Amino acid sequence: MDPFLLEALVNGILLGGVFALPALGLNLVFGVVDVVWLCYAELVMVGMYAVWFLYTQLGWPLWLAFAACLPVVSLLGILLHQLVVRPLLSAPPINQVLATGGVLFLLQGAMTLIFRTDFRSLGVDMPPMEVGEIFVSGTKLAAFCAALVGAGILWAFLKYTYVGTAIRAIARDREVMPLMGVNPLRIYLIASAVGGALAGLAACLLVVQLDVHPFVGLSFGPITFMICVMGGLGNMLGGFLAAFIMGIIVSVGGFWGSTEFSYVVAFAFFIVTIFARPRGLFAR
Amino acid sequence: MNGTLELNGIHAGYGDFQALFGIGLRVEPGEAVGVVGPNGAGKTTLLRVISGLIRPTSGNLHFGGQDLATTPAHLLPSLGIAHVPENRRLFPHLTVEENLKVGAYSPSARAHFAERRDRVYDLFPKMKQRRHQLAGTMSGGEQQMCAIGRALMCAPRILLLDEPSAGLAPIVVQQVFDLVRRIREEGLTVLIVEQNVAQVLRVVDRAYVLETGRVAAEGRSAELVADPAIRRSYLGGH
Amino acid sequence: MKYLIPLLLALACVPLLSPPDYFIHLGVTVLLTAVAGTGWAMMGRYGLVSFGHGAFLGIGAYTMALLWNMAGLTPWIGIPIAVALAALVGVMLGYPCFRLKVVGHYFALVTLAAGEIVRILITALRDYTGGSLGMTPDRVPPEQGLLAMQFDKAGFWWLALLAWAGGLLAWWLLDRSMASKALAAISEDEDAAASIGIRVTREKLRVTLISTALAALAGTLMAQYRMYLNPESLAGLGISLQIVFGAIAGGMYAPLGPTVGAIITIGLEEVLRIAFGTEFTGGAPFIYGILLVLFMIYLPRGIVGIVERKRRSAAAPLGLPAVAK
Repeated sequence: MDPFLLEALVNGILLGGVFALPALGLNLVFGVVDVVWLCYAELVMVGMYAVWFLYTQLGWPLWLAFAACLPVVSLLGILLHQLVVRPLLSAPPINQVLATGGVLFLLQGAMTLIFRTDFRSLGVDMPPMEVGEIFVSGTKLAAFCAALVGAGILWAFLKYTYVGTAIRAIARDREVMPLMGVNPLRIYLIASAVGGALAGLAACLLVVQLDVHPFVGLSFGPITFMICVMGGLGNMLGGFLAAFIMGIIVSVGGFWGSTEFSYVVAFAFFIVTIFARPRGLFAR
Repeated sequence: MNGTLELNGIHAGYGDFQALFGIGLRVEPGEAVGVVGPNGAGKTTLLRVISGLIRPTSGNLHFGGQDLATTPAHLLPSLGIAHVPENRRLFPHLTVEENLKVGAYSPSARAHFAERRDRVYDLFPKMKQRRHQLAGTMSGGEQQMCAIGRALMCAPRILLLDEPSAGLAPIVVQQVFDLVRRIREEGLTVLIVEQNVAQVLRVVDRAYVLETGRVAAEGRSAELVADPAIRRSYLGGH
Repeated sequence: MKYLIPLLLALACVPLLSPPDYFIHLGVTVLLTAVAGTGWAMMGRYGLVSFGHGAFLGIGAYTMALLWNMAGLTPWIGIPIAVALAALVGVMLGYPCFRLKVVGHYFALVTLAAGEIVRILITALRDYTGGSLGMTPDRVPPEQGLLAMQFDKAGFWWLALLAWAGGLLAWWLLDRSMASKALAAISEDEDAAASIGIRVTREKLRVTLISTALAALAGTLMAQYRMYLNPESLAGLGISLQIVFGAIAGGMYAPLGPTVGAIITIGLEEVLRIAFGTEFTGGAPFIYGILLVLFMIYLPRGIVGIVERKRRSAAAPLGLPAVAK
């Protein structure tokens, strides 16, 4: 195989790992609360700013800045749920989505007010590694591994804890949950906190690869939504797999054409997928 | 805390639609009580009121001296009230054991999970065989077992059963009522809603007949079976 | 409707009073934003929520500008072609969506993807469109201005007014037709509507056609008025959500709702700009965001919706939702 194509393929898989985290977070929240957080990428953006600020402005060690980012964005998820989503739980879905769209503007605006529109870079990079005939970015590989670890922890949480099992249950049948002794509002809150923490983790992985600016969410937000829809909204495994499909399409598409072209191909692929399988690639 | 369930003058409904008009009902500890009546009589609504899924618009309901009308629904399992809902409502994409785990969600139940799960498996050995099977792939009768098992995980003092025989083949219906009988023998209080009047009257001590949201008759099972009006309406007139 | 014709006539006379340029500029901006919002609300009020309407502004604007720059085709002809093309794209996207019952969240996200594709395509075709730097339509000497649709602000005031009136007329005609009732039934329950003989796909396509055409019309006029096009302000999620915000804030169920929304959004932007200057970049979206959340929680029918309900409940004490006349 052409080593450059192979490299694109490997990069696609690495990219898929990074796409997977926000896709998991969005699907978790959607599956449990039944609300699409249109501002999800902006939560990630705030997390990226948090890491950048703590590391470059306050001089914290990078690992500590990463460690702080998770609870910060998790708290943001809790606030989003309590202040915006919860009052709208019985409202039409579209009102819920639009309210979270309002939060998208709010966060973009807030970050512009605080940090202006300059592109901020963390300025850390890891040396590329040579594996056989191809070069793999050390940063991307590290981010990919961290994403897999994050996904693994989420999986174990959902599989083995009471709350995790209840989260999987509530995604299917909300109304019966109180009979099990489960307070749905509490589960919503926990899912929102976990969804926020996943956005925080995604922020840590993205901030080493991308410059931060208030509109950076628009560069990966749309593709995250498409990944979720392709995998089936609320279907976490589906979203996880779809993230890799999209990552490979974007990366290999970029190998044959420009980066923009690769996104066009990815989005077009998404539209075609939805027409072929309106409930997602992995709908049963 | 004697575990008596007591309802007085319960009115309830959905929005503008009123389903219950002044229901009074009493279940003593250790009793098995049936609620029978035609479709739309308000039987399911009654159970939903007891387990807090619907709030009564007036009237009061108590269990063991505790006012249920002001207790949040999700705290009732810790009080010892377990509700097996209509159509079972298992989580079809979770395994049998995971369904039991959700049933043991209450903090007080979690500590006893392993012990209670084993008790459920003793009671229903079939569930033990199928513990790793997805609940949605089992037969209707097995699902009913799993649903009852899930309710038992909170170690209830009273078990509310909503139409346990609905949608099951006659032979399976027989098995389900045998199950109910065994649960009774364990000393559990049972309140069971059924359309299958003939069967349920064989299992319960007393029954209430609900018609259009009101108690039309009540009495011991034997008296009701003997009542000509009941026989005509519910027992095929023989 | 009866107040509308005198209002239009009054507005048409405004440039004759030679008001300050700034006032005319705001007016044109508001009117064109209102046209886009009206277009969006034609679909939005029937539950067809598009997060990609920015794409149609972009398709319209760039088609028109490219026809002018590359083929010398005057916008007077270019605009109808551009609008038709945008509406065609809308219908081509809508048809499979409606046939395959892509609804709700899925529809919103498909339109979001479509909007992004258009934005990225415009950026990627930078040899023709100038990419993210944007492009300017070629200017002509003033004596040829009329032919090239390059004239002073007053001229655009009238054009924008005409487009706005066209949008309201479309809304009014739709409301009077059976299509409106069919669409209302579809948004209630699609299967039930189909079962009583409503041709769901056709009705949805028709309203999509009108909606996307209006959006494209707004886009072409905005571009021609500003004499500048760029992908961020004419396609993509940001502008799409702003259109939605305007329509929602004003009220998407009333014909004048999106217009009121445009006044609010443009007014807010200007007030913040004047009060804080560039120091406060980001202030406008920040406040938009808060308002959008508050509107959704407390005033989901928008400002006009509240006014209308008050009026209706005074007129019709039974509280039945009055069917639009």
